[in-house]
Amino acid sequence: MAEIAVSLWRGKADGNYQVYRVPQRDNQTVLDVVTWVQRNVDPTLAYRFACRVGMCGSCAMTVNGRPRWTCRTHTAKVVNNGKLEIGPLANLPIIKDLACDLRPFFEKWQKAKGVFSPRLTRQDTIERIVPTTAARLAADAAVECINCAVCYAACDTVRWNADYLGPAALNRAWTLLNDVRDTGNRQRLAAVAATGGCHACHSHQSCQQHCPNALNPTASIAGLKRHTMQAYLRGELE
Amino acid sequence: MNVRLYVLQRASAAVMAPLLLIHLGVIFYASRRGLSASDILARTRGSLFWGAFYATLVVAAATHAAIGVRVVASEWTRWHGGMLEALMWACGLLLAALGLTAVAAVVLV
Repeated sequence: MAEIAVSLWRGKADGNYQVYRVPQRDNQTVLDVVTWVQRNVDPTLAYRFACRVGMCGSCAMTVNGRPRWTCRTHTAKVVNNGKLEIGPLANLPIIKDLACDLRPFFEKWQKAKGVFSPRLTRQDTIERIVPTTAARLAADAAVECINCAVCYAACDTVRWNADYLGPAALNRAWTLLNDVRDTGNRQRLAAVAATGGCHACHSHQSCQQHCPNALNPTASIAGLKRHTMQAYLRGELE
Repeated sequence: MNVRLYVLQRASAAVMAPLLLIHLGVIFYASRRGLSASDILARTRGSLFWGAFYATLVVAAATHAAIGVRVVASEWTRWHGGMLEALMWACGLLLAALGLTAVAAVVLV
């Protein structure tokens, strides 16, 4: 049976890659490879996954230098000369092996006011949302984020600027800004217009290049730049 | 970078773009016509138009460059807060002083 020489990151930030030989199978995903090593070679290998079908966003890793969702990445697509290198996501602290600490990622999500602030309560009648308005179309185009942090790991500006909120948090802010049911836009615009907000983005577009759901956070951030600039010129922002 | 600096940098770029095109045209005109330094000074000395034109260009360029340097420093060094502000202002004031001195030298009689 054909084998893959799999280099897996072991340890914390000062760790190193160790090579494991894993049987190559049809329809095998990168997550399958990692799971095989943990179950057959070293049960102390740390990694994170949940749904295995590309919905939960917890299994993202660096595969041959690129951030990817490992449960939906087939080895046939990424194995290079019988070799595969799998590491933790970049731009996040490593807890152990392939598992990163995602707290900075989600703290920035909060900082960008990425929490829905409803106008109605559960006692009110459900509001009818027209799906064809420009705002709803903009929100729908960006709303399918699964919080996998692939864009955050791919972003040059995140790497250079510790204050930068990152593509996912700003993309989330953009969806809420376009949500007619939300009431938090004044605070949200102020949050994304501050230092480390949308204006720190250089539009390198690595986020949309790597997003496994084919979203375009760069476009969302451009929308935030337009909205914040208009609000600033109208004197609605400090 | 925040929204205030972003607006200032875009606005200064918008001001610079047409002025730089005219500036390039002036360079081509002067070099192709073979104008000497004294020919150029004869045209610029006492000229309110060229004084205002190049003073505007210098202020826009100093503003634009200073904000850009601040962004580069914030990403490539560990500088932050007051140090970045000081760097931005120092850069902007230095460029403005050098540029306006040059403008004064060719405009003032």
